[in-house]
Amino acid sequence: LEIVLDYIFKRCCFCVQEVVAGVILLVCKEALQHHGISLSMEGLVNLQLSSKSVGVFEAFYNSVKPIQLISSNIEVAKAGKVPAGKTEIPFEFPLITKGNKVLYETYHGVFVNIQYTLRCDMKRSLLAKDLSRNCEFIVHCQPQKAKVVPTPVNFTITPDTLQNIRERSSLPKFLIRGHLDATNCVISQPLTGEVVVENSDVAIKSIELQLVRVETCGCAEGYARDATEIQNIQIAEGDVCHGLAIPIYMVFPRLFTCPTLETTNFKVEFEVNIVIVLHDDHLITENFPLKLCRV
Amino acid sequence: CSNWRNYEAELQRCRPEAAPVEFGDYHPLKPIMVTDTKSRRGARKGSTSSSSSSSSSAPADPLSSMLDGTDPLSMFAAASVSEAPAMTHSREKEEEVVGPDFEPWSSKRGEILARFTTTEKLSINLFMGSDKGKTCGCILDLPVCMCVQGSQRELLNLSQQDYANRIEELNQSLKEAWASDQKVKALKIVIQCSKLLSDTSVIQFYPSKFVLITDILDTFGRLVYDRIWTMCSDPRPLPDSFTVDDVNDTAKETCLNWFFKIASIRELLPRLYVEAAILKCNRFLNKTGIQETLPRLTAMIRGIGDPLVAAYTRAYLCRVGMEVAPHLKDSLNRNFFDLLGTFRQVSGESVQNQLVQQRVEVPEYLTLYSPAINWILQCIAYRAPEPLLTEMMERCKKLGNNALLLNSVMRAFRPEFVAARATDFIGMIKDCDEAGFPKHLLFGSLGRSLACADPPESERLTILNEAWKVVTKVRSPQVEYRCYDYICDHTFYYVSITFIHLSFISRSQKREVNTVLADIIKHMTPDRAFEDAYPQLQSVIRKILTYFQDFSVLFSMERFLPFLDMFQKDSVRVEVCRSIMEVFIKHQVELTRDPVILNAMLHICKTMHDSVNALTLEDEKRSLALLIIGFIRMVSFGRDFEQQLSFCVEARATFCNLEPVLVQLIHTVNQLAMETCRVMRGSHSRKTAAFVRACAAYSFITIPSLSSIFSRLSLYLLSGQVALANQCLSQADAFLKAAVGILPDVPRSISVEGKLRSSESFLLDFINNFLATLLVVPDHPEHGVLYLVRGLLNMVQDYTWEDNSDAKVRVYVSALPLLAAMSQETYLYSIPKVDSNETLYGGDPKFLSEINKLCETLIGQILDNLKALGRDESTRRQGALAFSLFGVLLAHGDLRNNKLSQLAVNLWNLCHKHGYCETGISVRTLEYIKHQAQQHDMTHLTDTVQRLALQSRT
Repeated sequence: LEIVLDYIFKRCCFCVQEVVAGVILLVCKEALQHHGISLSMEGLVNLQLSSKSVGVFEAFYNSVKPIQLISSNIEVAKAGKVPAGKTEIPFEFPLITKGNKVLYETYHGVFVNIQYTLRCDMKRSLLAKDLSRNCEFIVHCQPQKAKVVPTPVNFTITPDTLQNIRERSSLPKFLIRGHLDATNCVISQPLTGEVVVENSDVAIKSIELQLVRVETCGCAEGYARDATEIQNIQIAEGDVCHGLAIPIYMVFPRLFTCPTLETTNFKVEFEVNIVIVLHDDHLITENFPLKLCRV
Repeated sequence: CSNWRNYEAELQRCRPEAAPVEFGDYHPLKPIMVTDTKSRRGARKGSTSSSSSSSSSAPADPLSSMLDGTDPLSMFAAASVSEAPAMTHSREKEEEVVGPDFEPWSSKRGEILARFTTTEKLSINLFMGSDKGKTCGCILDLPVCMCVQGSQRELLNLSQQDYANRIEELNQSLKEAWASDQKVKALKIVIQCSKLLSDTSVIQFYPSKFVLITDILDTFGRLVYDRIWTMCSDPRPLPDSFTVDDVNDTAKETCLNWFFKIASIRELLPRLYVEAAILKCNRFLNKTGIQETLPRLTAMIRGIGDPLVAAYTRAYLCRVGMEVAPHLKDSLNRNFFDLLGTFRQVSGESVQNQLVQQRVEVPEYLTLYSPAINWILQCIAYRAPEPLLTEMMERCKKLGNNALLLNSVMRAFRPEFVAARATDFIGMIKDCDEAGFPKHLLFGSLGRSLACADPPESERLTILNEAWKVVTKVRSPQVEYRCYDYICDHTFYYVSITFIHLSFISRSQKREVNTVLADIIKHMTPDRAFEDAYPQLQSVIRKILTYFQDFSVLFSMERFLPFLDMFQKDSVRVEVCRSIMEVFIKHQVELTRDPVILNAMLHICKTMHDSVNALTLEDEKRSLALLIIGFIRMVSFGRDFEQQLSFCVEARATFCNLEPVLVQLIHTVNQLAMETCRVMRGSHSRKTAAFVRACAAYSFITIPSLSSIFSRLSLYLLSGQVALANQCLSQADAFLKAAVGILPDVPRSISVEGKLRSSESFLLDFINNFLATLLVVPDHPEHGVLYLVRGLLNMVQDYTWEDNSDAKVRVYVSALPLLAAMSQETYLYSIPKVDSNETLYGGDPKFLSEINKLCETLIGQILDNLKALGRDESTRRQGALAFSLFGVLLAHGDLRNNKLSQLAVNLWNLCHKHGYCETGISVRTLEYIKHQAQQHDMTHLTDTVQRLALQSRT
């Protein structure tokens, strides 16, 4: 007996207040007796404390429990028989919360995870195992109404502008200029800008864009704030030509980024670092906080 | 017992009534004229469908319909001409599409691989990651995150061939991974491969590495595109000109997913290459995708620090761009300008350090750029407007006027463009910054263009002089040669070609070309440098041959033959000789006796001939022989026959290994004898008689050296006829005797065009031909009557014919007409000034009785044979044979003789006994006999006719 239980979604991602629609796909070689098929949808925020924070904040250990955003359950089919072959059962769930709860956008992070799942259960007789299948679907939050006004940022990096260095004198001379077209970015559009190596005494090894998430979990007792790298994109490799503008271009990865989020329990923020690696392995970093939104 | 014939009267009777043939009225080969096509064509003009000839009402003759211009091809051409003005306005995009005149990448590929090689050890550093990629709950067909954590595999100490094999293996495993639905693995392979392109450790090999790896990228791009394409081909395949709206959501999502995935590749170079590889997939997402991506990728290349790596990345982007969106010229130009902008890096510190480390010289390093830059420029220059090219030229000039760039510009731009500005270019070459790039190479490239297009008339001499000055300074090629052999051989060749070309168009050909050749010899001889430059030297020869078609001028160049001597490798040498011969045969129209040409050509032909050995293929031999024959036919000493004969003697000694040539020589000599005969109006003087005998002797001693028995036979016969015509009786006798003598040696089967076939029909043909000749051959006084005829018939009797074959009897049957003809008072034909048997014997009864005896024997033999056939139940053969004998008796026999007429009747009955005779033929034969019977003194036939019953088969 071979049974395949699967979903086909109408779309790949759904917006809040839309209807999640699709079909349950059942494929079996012979007719299948069952005691009812049910479908449940759940949206959860999972918070986790980083190991280094755990020691300090053991006190509020209990407070870090999943936050349920949405939950609903429907019965798809009463006990009966599924005919042999392919059976498609359509379903629909509205993505609407009760009360004043807000549905956040799907986000996969390290300490914060926002996930929406669909679970289909098929109850069967005592002798046969119950069948069940889990599946995640992606939710986008509602686009913000207000127009995003780009806020360009110009930057100049020289040995003098750097902080956090021990011996300023041992640094080679360099002048790196550039700009980001905006720090308040639309999540579906790439981060753009330009960087120009005006001059540098030491050859440049690499210029990279480091996308960083800053996740804050906390409650009344305190909070833990951790910054981790999402991705690192190299925009220049080797000793680039001086005076030539090198484009900054980075697509925000899906799932791993979401519009900047600030709630009572947790925060998800993003930053970008422009990292310049010199040939003598000096590392120069310039940090820019970003504000992501969806339009 | 043979009939007395009056050939004259018979001929008169046989002549058909003169019926004037009206020419032009009807001819079976004339094309069927379709007269209504004119009006039809006008109506069809606008439509592009090509249903031309099939719709016409006349019988469809594809050839005739082609003749009046309604064939699909010419219609199309006509249509495109008439539509051309409209097209330029409405379909500008169409016009920009790459045409067949764009040299595709595939043709460059091989050249690059062959040119950029290394003996250094190579390494492949693959960082494949583990296959158990972290699944991150993605609902799409690829996990979005790419976790690259896993084993690093490094393959060291690879030879170049190993390297290529490894890359090919990767290409295979890419395809396999794709086929087994392991998309992530496939992507990883591609990423790792493109990562290899950032490694410039064995820099000489870099261009070849680029070629190998971009092959993989191309494969990948194709796979992705095809997959997405098939995703939306349900329910019906997408048309080629699909738009975004035709693409379904799943396909779009998959496509988008690919782009997201690629956008998250960490390293710059793989990200660039892989995105470029699937550039075409942008078509599925939005209309302007390619248009936006190309400039972005172009800009991103600026981030590549190594100028060589960047140049090749640009070349790849241009290549993909040309393929996917050839109308987007801007990013091509952008690429080139960026390239110019970063070109100063070449002399930068990082590059210099690298070169020192790898012990690579600057000039060699610079040549590594040429494939990439040439390609980019080729893309730009393709159908580019003149002003753009001028602008490019100006920019190159402004940006340092680098020799390498100048070189590429000259090679990529249209030859006409370069040629028209040749003086400008020479100026640029003169003041360009050499930077390790030798100037004569630039002249080489200039020469390449000038070889295809002519510079303005007035400038030619100046250009020649200017270029000459530079090139004569290049005096130590052998030193350079070893260093950068690639540059040198090509250049040298182009420089030389240029000079030949220039000299030609400046009309000071011979002397200049001679000087150039002298110079090449001088450059190439030391250190046997020519050994490496055969292809180039061959091209020089070819170029010379296209300009010098007057061979007396060509061979009078004193450096030409020494130049030929440089080809010391046998195969190349023969190749060169062959090309010279081909041109000679094509362009030498007049017969020649010019000793310069003859000597040189003999030398060349001898070279070709001497290359033949036991291993030479038949085809090769045949083509060489044809070329030599072509030469021999062009030689004529006019009235100096003796000289011609001695030429033939010399040629025979020289070309003894090629049989077709010997055959041709025998024909030539025979022709010579006949020519002498013609000149002497048939009566030879003592001197000419001796000469023709010499000719006969020549043939007589040459023929036995041929291996093909049939060419020997036919040449004996032919030479015998020629000897007879020249009154050399004993020689003719000897020829014919020799022919009879070798008859038993004829094998029963011979190979014709590689297939074994029975020789019987050839042999019968020959014997019939031979018999016809025997009529005029006078008997030898010392031998008996009809010595040759008897000899032939004896040979025929002794010959082992094929089993179940009537060939022998057929010969007997066909000998009967000869004997009948011999018994006539005057022969059907004779040779002037040769007394045939008719005069020798003068109708001597003894002679006639000899003939009769012979006839009787033959008929007896034939009848015996017929009886034997009757026993063997092969009645069909019996019938056919009997009928042919009946025919012979009817035509040549005297049927007044009762015995003979009875025999004829019996034969008639015999062949109708089994009903194998064709009734039509029988009826016609009867009618013929009746017709004959009405003739004067043929009345006896009436009786015979009455006794010939026609049996109807029913």
